[in-house]
Amino acid sequence: MEKILEVNNLQVSFHTYAGDVKAVRGVSFELEKGETLAFVGESGCGKTVTAKAIMRLLQPPFAEIKKESKIMYQDKDVMKMSKKELQAYRGNDVGMIFQDPMTSLNPTMTIGKQIMESLMLHRKLDKKQAREEAIEMLRVVKISDAEKRVDDYPHQLSGGMRQRVMIAIALSCNPALLIADEPTTALDVTIQAQIMRLLGDLKKERDTAIILVTHDLGVVANFADRIQVMYAGQIIERGTAKEIFYHAKHPYTWALLASVPKLDTENKGELYALKGTPPDLILEMNHCPFADRCEYCMGICRETMPEETLVDGTHRVSCWLQHPSAPRVQSYYEKCGVREHE
Amino acid sequence: MAKYVVKRICYMLLTLFTVASITFFLMRSIPGDPLASMAKTLPEQTKENFYAKYGLDQPLYKQYFKYMEGLVHLDLGESILYAGRSVTSEIARTSPVSGMVGGTALIIGTFIGVCLGMVAALKKNRWPDYVVMFIAILGATIPVFVLASLMQYVFAVQLGWLPASGWGKPVHMVLPVIVLGFGSVATYARYIKSSMLDTLGQDYVLTARAKGLSERAVILKHVLRNSLLPAVTIFSSSIVGVFTGAFVTEKMFSIPGIGLYYVSSINNNDYTMVMGTTVFYAALFIIMQLVVDFVYMILDPRIRIASDR
Repeated sequence: MEKILEVNNLQVSFHTYAGDVKAVRGVSFELEKGETLAFVGESGCGKTVTAKAIMRLLQPPFAEIKKESKIMYQDKDVMKMSKKELQAYRGNDVGMIFQDPMTSLNPTMTIGKQIMESLMLHRKLDKKQAREEAIEMLRVVKISDAEKRVDDYPHQLSGGMRQRVMIAIALSCNPALLIADEPTTALDVTIQAQIMRLLGDLKKERDTAIILVTHDLGVVANFADRIQVMYAGQIIERGTAKEIFYHAKHPYTWALLASVPKLDTENKGELYALKGTPPDLILEMNHCPFADRCEYCMGICRETMPEETLVDGTHRVSCWLQHPSAPRVQSYYEKCGVREHE
Repeated sequence: MAKYVVKRICYMLLTLFTVASITFFLMRSIPGDPLASMAKTLPEQTKENFYAKYGLDQPLYKQYFKYMEGLVHLDLGESILYAGRSVTSEIARTSPVSGMVGGTALIIGTFIGVCLGMVAALKKNRWPDYVVMFIAILGATIPVFVLASLMQYVFAVQLGWLPASGWGKPVHMVLPVIVLGFGSVATYARYIKSSMLDTLGQDYVLTARAKGLSERAVILKHVLRNSLLPAVTIFSSSIVGVFTGAFVTEKMFSIPGIGLYYVSSINNNDYTMVMGTTVFYAALFIIMQLVVDFVYMILDPRIRIASDR
């Protein structure tokens, strides 16, 4: 398989009056061609910041990507790109769609023009060709009446349609990588399913790699090849979708799984909710960031940061419970009465 | 659309009627009359003839109806102070002068203000921002008459570069335009700065950057138009600013514009002249507001569509 993206020791800080908020703390991962990788975690865990850092969309001087960080796209060093190279990279190599389609489109420009912009910039099409291509893109994202819709303004479209337009913009130059930052969060549930299906179809047709940022495990279940669970700016567990859903080892991942509503349970009790809030990201952290909220917390968890250990295959987890001398605890699967190896 | 225009015009007429009525009764409630200041020694008979000529001997309500009747026929009457000159011709003679000074000041001031506002927003918290905001605060706080005398003192008396007052040559316009335009510069610089900072934080600007557009293209195509939109709404009020500023400026620079005549006709209780000029100002302002609304509709597709439905 061909590697298209490699992120190494990514560290991002935001400078605020209260101090430096270290939003991303040494994230490393790789992505292969055509692969779908999901970042999962609750709000403020660094998912979106990681995604924007890959695009170099964080605004200095407020945000700073530390110089130890390395981002390689194919064989290009994203951190060392000039302004010109960055412009060619954004939109052409990597496309991005954002969380809220209601505000992500320019209200005073027709959607056609907004799609044409990147076509004319990266593929050097003239106005007429770009317009043809924009109409074609609208068809690709399954907007009916594309010839007429191309001259519509964003406020004339529904939320779902706007997100389709965003997808059309992002995919118009056929990027090898699409970053989707919570693409369905602002949409209602039926539209969510449509948008995810559309993304799934396009991914297969075009062999686009996708980084999907979401806090909703339900969204990634049928979609992602691999999942990285993030907490307090770090990846605490990673593996294939199967490994994360059926063999999760980190108590935080268990908590995430437990808080997804299930239709098939007999239990009519309250939905599980993880107590507490993530740690203050201004603080330095020399121990497990999840220790304060973890029901299995041990003495060592508050003293030393756990190393990432290999469970098997591609499955890695950063938790002291993996240590050979740690006590055996009842996992989420055992608690729910599901067998782990299903 | 047609319905909307008709509705707006009806409202305009109603507003004009109200302004004319209020001004009429306000003027008559001021003690004294056109003869009070200059004609104490006139014979009784002359006075009576004078009052009869302008209908001032009639009861107030009759005068009012007569005036309104004239207004409907676009007849603003004859100036009391300058016998034989109709108010309409006086306005026609003096307003182009004011229009030239005021219009130039408005256009240049708005343009400079918008540019300064953009600079301040793009260089936020750096020295260009501080300089622009200092200018804006000066413009908002210094009264027109202070600025005017300062300008006259520095550029006419001390440096001798420009004439202190007068009218006829293009150089006569320089100082009045600077004085009048300064307010617009200040207003627009502040307004555009905040509206541009607001736009820069919008999600669609991030989308534009994610497309790979250069920073220049992002600003010109996505930020500028959207930050100018709210500024269009304050254009009508800055027109008023220029007109009210003109009362003082024209007096101080001896410019034979409508503002100068307006002030002197109030001082002399020239009823018809004050009435005519007020109605003219009101009409001008209301028409400008209508124009601004239409410009807004052209610039913002969201408003265009809503009014079509």
